[in-house]
Amino acid sequence: MIHARGLARTYHSRRGDVDAVRGVDLDVAAGEIVGFLGPNGAGKTTTLRMLTTLLAPTRGEATVAGIDLRRNPGGVRRRIGYVAQSGSTSGAARAGEEVIDHALLYGVPRSEAAARGRELFGQLELDGLWDRKCSTLSGGQRRRLDIAMGLVHIPQLVFLDEPTTGLDPQARANLWVHVRALRDDRGSTVFLTTHYLEEADALCDRILVIDHGSIVAEGTPEELKQRVSGDAVVLTATRPNDIARLVAISGALPGAGAPTVDGTVVEVRVPAGRTLLAGLLRALDADGIELAGVELRRPTLDDVFLTLTGRSLRDGEPPDGPVDRTATSDGAAA
Amino acid sequence: MTATTGPTVLEPDGRAPIRDPEPARGTFVHDTLVVFRRAMRISLRNPVWSIMGLLQPVLYLSLFGPLLEPLAPALGAANAYQLFVPGLLVQLGMFGARFVGFGLIAEWRDGVIESERVTPAPRSALVLGRVLRDVLVILVQGVVLVATAFLFGLDAPLGGIALGIVSAALLGAAFASLSYAVALTLKSEDALAPLLNGIALPLLLLSGILLPITAASAPSWLNHLSDVNPLKHIVSGIRAEFAGDITSSTALWGYGLTVVLVGLGLWFGTRTFRNEDG
Ligand SMILES: Nc1ncnc2c1ncn2[C@@H]1O[C@H](COP(=O)(O)OP(=O)(O)OP(=O)(O)O)[C@@H](O)[C@H]1O
Ligand SMILES: [Mg+2]
Repeated sequence: MIHARGLARTYHSRRGDVDAVRGVDLDVAAGEIVGFLGPNGAGKTTTLRMLTTLLAPTRGEATVAGIDLRRNPGGVRRRIGYVAQSGSTSGAARAGEEVIDHALLYGVPRSEAAARGRELFGQLELDGLWDRKCSTLSGGQRRRLDIAMGLVHIPQLVFLDEPTTGLDPQARANLWVHVRALRDDRGSTVFLTTHYLEEADALCDRILVIDHGSIVAEGTPEELKQRVSGDAVVLTATRPNDIARLVAISGALPGAGAPTVDGTVVEVRVPAGRTLLAGLLRALDADGIELAGVELRRPTLDDVFLTLTGRSLRDGEPPDGPVDRTATSDGAAA
Repeated sequence: MTATTGPTVLEPDGRAPIRDPEPARGTFVHDTLVVFRRAMRISLRNPVWSIMGLLQPVLYLSLFGPLLEPLAPALGAANAYQLFVPGLLVQLGMFGARFVGFGLIAEWRDGVIESERVTPAPRSALVLGRVLRDVLVILVQGVVLVATAFLFGLDAPLGGIALGIVSAALLGAAFASLSYAVALTLKSEDALAPLLNGIALPLLLLSGILLPITAASAPSWLNHLSDVNPLKHIVSGIRAEFAGDITSSTALWGYGLTVVLVGLGLWFGTRTFRNEDG
């Protein structure tokens, strides 16, 4: 559904060039939900804007929905839907009208557009807001309206740029259900970006991790977690003088990393910790070590991210400092 | 149509069995009308700007017009308003459309432009739909202006008046497109206003809108300078139309230049919408 090779984009600004995307290869199969995960400024939006014909790539090529991006951007546009990170409705317009007008520009007949729009309003819990002026919607309502805009013409491929930002947990869970339904009921392909690890984990069939404009990892959520970090086994000793033996035994587990000690808590990373835990507990018991607590922590994508990029997803700013975005379309969202 | 029909089986080649989008259709007129209707709807809900745009020529008419009445014979016109109203129409076309770019910047901030650019709609339709709205607003304003001028004593043939109003509206189309193009390039209200004023004001002053600029009435350098201003010839054209000479060479030059300006404006506007960084 998407095949990109060496896709790159350099922004030229007065303060110098920004290599926002540096040669991305990606393949997305039909009917997949693929998550594009990366910290602020990694190049997610830039990649999406290239794939949706809004931004000309500096280098590289891509076919999107079977159409060559450079040769036939109009053909790509007819086949995709796009929900931008920074919104898509005019504050001065009314919600329902924006959705219908958007569908009309895709050539959807008016009656079909209205029916589909109202159906989406129901599914996205926007009932009763059809005639509302967009500027009077709450942030989360307006975000869901953006999503309705992007889906109203039933595209076979949908790009969602941080669709759940600003949604409450319930609305987010509801959107997940809806995105899964796009895949399961219609066979649509969904390419979405997110900062939320649990979201990528829960929703995506496959994840691409991007950092500094390059893809640094790729796989199913399970694969990524396994490949990079393994599980954390956290053991809390009852007696401080057991710590040394605790470290020795847990550190000797097959494939274990170096255990870390924090007070009476010993933590060690092992691949597939689940399968080792029973044996470990028996060994400790045989050695007469008493435990106050045992915990097996499955790796989160945050752990993956930390390992891959050296920083946590949550802490935002790109290392090369804030870049002037006032003259860009992303400025509004910044 | 509903999302709740059971799971769909994928085709053997893995392609989704979704309604294939129609092949490239002739969508230009359809999409232009969609954009036009949307813009019109939004303008009608907040008509303050359109009413303000009308206020200016009416003020000129009532506060400045009387001063011209005694001068008319000296300028070679039987009726002062025959000379003056064409100038006001051109001013309406220029100034009425000059600041439509502000609205576009607001739309761009809201993400509307990107969400329209990602649809298959022709870029020219995205510009032209908006420009049509502006043209319609100017047409209505022009009619109100001329009707008011009749109250003050305008005397001119109806056919010429109609052509004059249409010329003003077309001029409005050119300036609206220019305003959109510049707005989308600068993306800043603070930069847009001085730039457009900087272009519009000298053009306006050099067009002889209030007082005709002729070899007899102006120093020769000023006259020559004004000769390269297409607006001067457009105003002269409308004056000829108001005098009933709708096929004189002056009038024909006016039509021709108006059409050229509209073409240039729309080309520039479309180019900006197409521009990858728009
Ligand atoms: N128009 C522009 N001109 C100059 N630099 C830009 C422009 N747009 C984006 N950038 C820069 O390119 C880099 C990638 O930006 P991009 O918006 O693709 O990041 P992102 O992964 O979507 O981040 P976020 O999670 O914050 O949305 C950033 O360093 C950004 O400052
Ligand atoms: Mg982004």
